[in-house]
Amino acid sequence: MAEVLVYVDHVDGAVRKPTLELLTLARRIGDPVAVHLGAGADAAAGVLAEHGAVKVLTADAPEFADYLVVPKVDAVAAAYQAVSPVAVLFPSSAEGKEIAARLAVRIGSGLITDAVDLEAGDEGPVATQSVFAAAFTTRSTVTKGTPVITVKPNSAAVEAAPAAGAVEQLEVSFGELATGTKVVSRTPRESTGRPELTEAAIVVSGGRGVNGAENFPVIEALADSLGAAVGASRAAVDAGWYPHTAQVGQTGKSVSPQLYIAAGISGAIQHRAGMQTSKTIVAINKDAEAPIFELVDYGVVGDLFDVVPQLTEEVKARKG
Amino acid sequence: MSLRIVVCVKYVPDATGDRHFAEDLTVDRDDVDGLLSELDEYAVEQALQIADEADEAEITVLTVGPEDAKDALRKALSMGADKAVHVEDDDLHGTDVMGTSLVLAKAVEKIGYDLVICGMASTDGNMGVLPAILAERLGVPQVTLLSEVSVEDGRVTGRRDGDTASEQLEAALPAVVSVTDQSGEARYPSFKGIMAAKKKPVESWDLEDLEIDADAVGLEGAWTKVEDAKERPARTAGTIVKDEGEGGKQLAEFLAGQKFI
Ligand SMILES: Cc1cc2nc3c(=O)[nH]c(=O)nc-3n(C[C@H](O)[C@H](O)[C@H](O)COP(=O)(O)OP(=O)(O)OC[C@H]3O[C@@H](n4cnc5c(N)ncnc54)[C@H](O)[C@@H]3O)c2cc1C
Ligand SMILES: Cc1cc2nc3c(=O)[nH]c(=O)nc-3n(C[C@H](O)[C@H](O)[C@H](O)COP(=O)(O)OP(=O)(O)OC[C@H]3O[C@@H](n4cnc5c(N)ncnc54)[C@H](O)[C@@H]3O)c2cc1C
Repeated sequence: MAEVLVYVDHVDGAVRKPTLELLTLARRIGDPVAVHLGAGADAAAGVLAEHGAVKVLTADAPEFADYLVVPKVDAVAAAYQAVSPVAVLFPSSAEGKEIAARLAVRIGSGLITDAVDLEAGDEGPVATQSVFAAAFTTRSTVTKGTPVITVKPNSAAVEAAPAAGAVEQLEVSFGELATGTKVVSRTPRESTGRPELTEAAIVVSGGRGVNGAENFPVIEALADSLGAAVGASRAAVDAGWYPHTAQVGQTGKSVSPQLYIAAGISGAIQHRAGMQTSKTIVAINKDAEAPIFELVDYGVVGDLFDVVPQLTEEVKARKG
Repeated sequence: MSLRIVVCVKYVPDATGDRHFAEDLTVDRDDVDGLLSELDEYAVEQALQIADEADEAEITVLTVGPEDAKDALRKALSMGADKAVHVEDDDLHGTDVMGTSLVLAKAVEKIGYDLVICGMASTDGNMGVLPAILAERLGVPQVTLLSEVSVEDGRVTGRRDGDTASEQLEAALPAVVSVTDQSGEARYPSFKGIMAAKKKPVESWDLEDLEIDADAVGLEGAWTKVEDAKERPARTAGTIVKDEGEGGKQLAEFLAGQKFI
């Protein structure tokens, strides 16, 4: 069967969930060949094989960490030469998209970003995109070269499908541009202990209605009772009440959980752009006219400081 | 020597309008008012601040888009940019990111540059990849998604706040930069700025001026194809309750019914 290259997003060999989703989608088109760059390939290989990788191509070099994006493009281009795949898939992270984009120009291929679904078509993969703040759904194909497609997190349910996953070393020679942008220093983000926002099954977000950093624990307590990630609107982030990494929306994270709970968020178009594809949407807002109510499966018109703590207690009680 | 800055700005349909597709599955740009993509205002702002810090600098704003896209250029000029270039050609209708980046690359080279500044993403296509592609095409470093940027001694430095880490980046000029909406509020054009903008030069170039073949761009030249576009069905009206003291409990009941608890 034809081979499909899948770029592996990982932290020192801990494979992130969107990559496992990609492997699931890749199997609809062909045999997944995973490309693992940087440290931890041994740890990753088992997981990748379990999820359908017939082969795992690996390369490690200091360049991957010391310089921005381009060394990874050089490496994926080498993998592309080695495999001649029918498609190349990337997770839709900021870095994943940039690697995909540069690879696409280099190999003379069309690029589709932020797919939310992928199927095999008569003339190659067909990608579904959710555009204009999720008001439209488009289906697109790549008409030139080998389709390069980036896929959003939560676009497929992860399925195990054991395959050989034979690890092979990839020869990479870095081009002149590889060392163009130096990473002078890196400060890792502190883990909150909560699920990763883009990958979480449940997200609880707070907005301007939360009215102060000191009140965000109300949102966090609900999130923790549900095992959810915490999000925030830009208004809450701009006011300094919550870190920007938690921002949901057009210029923040785009999330697509099973359940999205918005508390004290009006539902501006830019916020909707980042959460409208959530399966079930719930809002708590004291303004019955707030646009967020147009989207909800269930809405409570009320003061979040009454509703949210009561809900949290109820959840805890029911979970025992 | 003067620092030559080119800012790429996109003219986009207003996100608060009723955006939709035309019959040929390209964006209908006639039915909805257009404007300068709000995220590109941040790029103009950073260009102005970098120019202020430089001994001597010239800012050119560049757009690829239809006739009306001049509005976006005027806005950027009224914020304080020095001159503008508008690439406009009937054959550009339906261009995808590969075509757009080709046109921008040729135009940037023709203008002459030390630094190209872009927004983090346009508010319509929203791909967020054009700056990286532009850097690839121009063969210069990409210093993208910066929440902080400065230029000194022929080098650009900046901070990139990623998913798992915050990185400090550095590259030699010439380079392509993109800035996020965390980089600093964009200024409003002053009345003086608006008046001054009317006198600033706006050049119009077509594909021939850039020596680009018509079949390398447009709907025909695109490397991707939209097969269909469907409006998302309106959500079926959800249940909305008013909190009379039991709102949290009612919500819990709903969540339990949906098996979330
Ligand atoms: C280019 C651009 C990009 C943007 N990107 C984003 C983005 O990524 N994400 C984003 O979120 N926004 C983004 N925005 C901003 C967006 O337009 C809105 O300003 C923002 O989403 C508003 O946040 P909010 O809903 O928290 O605040 P508001 O709109 O002020 O709404 C607050 C809501 O809280 C309710 N409320 C107040 N008190 C209570 C209470 N005690 N109990 C219950 N409800 C209460 C109010 O009724 C109101 O509906 C962007 C804007 C632009 C121009
Ligand atoms: C809903 C939608 C989905 C699309 N999906 C795809 C797709 O999957 N594949 C594809 O190849 N094309 C796609 N396109 C077309 C693509 O958006 C345009 O070709 C576009 O000009 C480049 O992409 P972008 O605006 O998304 O760029 P982004 O990468 O989001 O823009 C980043 C920055 O690049 C600069 N820039 C972008 N366009 C211009 C311009 N015309 N003039 C000046 N500066 C500019 C701005 O500084 C901007 O802030 C799509 C368009 C739409 C409307």
